[in-house]
Formats: sequence, structure tokens, C-alpha cells
Amino acid sequence: MFDAPGPRFRRRVFWVSVVSALVLAGLVALGLRQFAAGGQLDPVRWRPYLTWPVWRYLLGGLWSTVVAACATGVLAMVGGLLLALRPNRFTRAYAEVMRTVPVLLLVYVMLFVLPSFGLNLPLFWKLVVPLALSHAASYAVIFRAGVDSVDPGQREAGLSLGMPDGAVTRFVVLPQAVRHMTPLLVTQAVSLLKDTSLGYVVSYTELLFNGRVLANYNGLLIQTFIVVAFIYLVVNLALSRMAHRLEAGRARTAR
Amino acid sequence: MSLVVEGFLNTVALTLLSFAGALAVGLVVAVLRIVPVPLLQGVGAVYVEVWRNIPLLAWLVLFVFGLPEVGVKMPLFWTAFTAIALYEAAFVAEALRSGVSSVAAGQGEAARALGLSFRQSLRHVILPQAGRRVVQPLANIAIALTMATALAGVVGVVDMTRAAQRINLELAQPLLVFTGAGLCYLVMAAGIGFGARVLERRLA
Repeated sequence: MFDAPGPRFRRRVFWVSVVSALVLAGLVALGLRQFAAGGQLDPVRWRPYLTWPVWRYLLGGLWSTVVAACATGVLAMVGGLLLALRPNRFTRAYAEVMRTVPVLLLVYVMLFVLPSFGLNLPLFWKLVVPLALSHAASYAVIFRAGVDSVDPGQREAGLSLGMPDGAVTRFVVLPQAVRHMTPLLVTQAVSLLKDTSLGYVVSYTELLFNGRVLANYNGLLIQTFIVVAFIYLVVNLALSRMAHRLEAGRARTAR
Repeated sequence: MSLVVEGFLNTVALTLLSFAGALAVGLVVAVLRIVPVPLLQGVGAVYVEVWRNIPLLAWLVLFVFGLPEVGVKMPLFWTAFTAIALYEAAFVAEALRSGVSSVAAGQGEAARALGLSFRQSLRHVILPQAGRRVVQPLANIAIALTMATALAGVVGVVDMTRAAQRINLELAQPLLVFTGAGLCYLVMAAGIGFGARVLERRLA
């Protein structure tokens, strides 16, 4: 979108950089002063986060988060595949409803409605089932878009070579569809991992809920939740990075 | 009955205000990511990654319970609004950015070849084409935002989901109450979808 910059433009970029760096430094200083004024930067308030028991507790929460996310992912992908394979009025309505109703509402139904009908699942499933129901609709949309994104000529070419229908799907359409879907699948995985933070509501001992317990115990609310947020950030960034690397590798082998 | 009205109005107000806020902040962040100054591009990228990769519920807890401890006191509704708007702004910024970069590079080159300045080519060639393409992604973000406002109920805002839960405690009519709440969200999403289609036709 841009021409190669000339000397005048480069000078302007330089000055804009200097001014914005100063503004940025000012904002950071202001924020730090606000934190320091409340005593939140006191080393005493941060030292617990250098000790192993605290980290063991939080990492235990992270493990539960990952387990819940994996269980949800598997269930939701199976559900999404079933929905995507049979596009009819019911599955479309299902996807439309799940796209608009908050997961929290489904969680409340699990927590407050179903027990009165005699269906009282363990905490883990009270979190996983609503999440899977909701994310299955997203996976269905992704799968359908992925298959639609493959040029129909590819299928026709396969058939004209005399390949059976199943083999065309398996060896021609699906590999290309998966490659198109990868970025969306990663976004979906990150969103799923974030949604397991609803364990906070269900009292399932995942990362955010453990943060709440820890903050209640040691009274270091800000520090605890900043550390928890940081863990989420690192895990999700690693997830995206890994997927990008995978994708780059596959793009190379495709040629 | 007043609980129903309060919950519904709070959800609608939170959705509209947060979306307006997210659009404003998201536009600024998208501009930061496009501007040819590496430092500003970095700031925009960090903003998007940090907000997108941390759950909204964590942000809400941090804002609602954390901000008062560092001496920033706001009414509960506005704290929730701030967190939701800043969170969704990251998604808005990405939608706007990919809208601009989805306009074929050849279009910008053609505009330059015709002698249009950078500002002219942005104003007359790139933005009109990008505008049409961002309507649908922005509508999807608006619908996701409607759902996200339910999380404000967890930290104490009386939104529709929380109201439904409280009404259910009194009435013990779970099927009726939760289906009703679900229908309200459906209606709001349908309204957003309709508005987006009208807007898209207008821009086409």
C-alpha cells in the first residue's frame, strides 16, 4: 500500500516515533504511579508469586482448564461434524440459536434447571456440556465453510480420473479444506480455552476459579488476577504460534 | 416484573454503549496497526494480542474488583462497560484491519499509477471497498458482544441473564424464564443481523 519511503518521509516517521514513545512512557509512568499510590507495587504483595506452592496451585488450575478445554473440543468437534454433514432446517436453526444465546445462560440451565428435573451432573460436566453444545455450532460453521471453500472443479477432476467418491473426499477435498480451516480452528481453540473460565461460575476448580480462591485466601486480589491473566496470555499465544508454525510447514509440503 | 425490565434494559444499554466504545477504540487501534511507524504498529499489535488472549471474565473480575483497590472508583455498570468495550475493541481492530488488507494490492497500485496521493487513494479507492467488506464481520462481533454482556452479570450487573436467574429463584418456573431470556437474545441478534443487511445494501 505504500511506496518505498523517501528521506522526508523517513524523517517524519522518526519524529512521530519519538513523540509517541514519549507519550507511551508518560502513560506507563502514570499507571505505575497510580498502582504505587495504592501500595500495589509493594514487593511484599508480589513475593508470594515467586514461591512454588502458589504456582503449584495455579498450574493445577491450568491443568484443569486444559482438561476441560480438550474434553469440550472433542465433543464440540464431533457435534460440529454431525451438524455439518446434515445441513437441514433443524441443524441450521440449532446453529443460529447457539450463535446468539450466551453460554452463561446454558450454564445456568445446567446449574439451576436440570437438577429440578433430576439430572444433576458432576461439576466438570456442568461446565463442559454447555460449552460443547455452544461450540459445536461454531465448529459446524467452520467445517461447512472449509468444505465449501474447495473449488468444485477439484472434486470433478478427481471423479474424472476415475477415483471413487469416498476417495475424492478423503484425498482431494478434505486435505485442502483442512488447510483453509486451520486459522479459524486456532481462533476457535483460543476462544474455547477462554470460555472455560466460566468455571468461575460453576465452581469447577480451573484457573480463574483457583485465582478467586487464592485471592480470597491471601487478600492479594490484583496481583493474583494479573498473574492469572498472564498465564492465559502465555498459553493462548503459544497455541497460536504453534498453529502458525504447523500451517507454515504444511503450506511448504503442499507445493 | 421490574426485574425483567431492568435486566432487559441493562443488557440493551450495555450492548449498544460497549459496541460504540469498541468501534471508537478499535478504529484507533486499527489505524495504529496500519500506520507506517514501526513503534505504533507494535503498540497496536500488543493491544490486540493482550486483550484477545485473556478471557473477558478475567478482565471483568480484574476491573470490577481490582480498580477500586488502585483508587479508580466508577459505578459498576460503567466499569463493566469499560472492560467489555476495550475487550471487543481488539476484535473490531482486527476486523477493520483485515477489511483494509482484503482490498487487492493492485487497487492501491492502480490508484498510485493514476497519480492519486496516499490520502486520495485511501479516501476514494481503498476505504469504500473496505467499508462494504467489514459490515458482516462487525455484525458478527456485535452479536458476540450481546452474548458477552451476560458475563457482566457474574460480577454483579443486573443484566438479563442474572435477572432470569433471580426471577427463577422466586417463580421456580425455570423452563419459562430461561426460554424467555434466550428469546430476548435471539430477538436482539436478529435485529443486529437485519441492520447489517440494510447497511450492506446501502454501501453496495
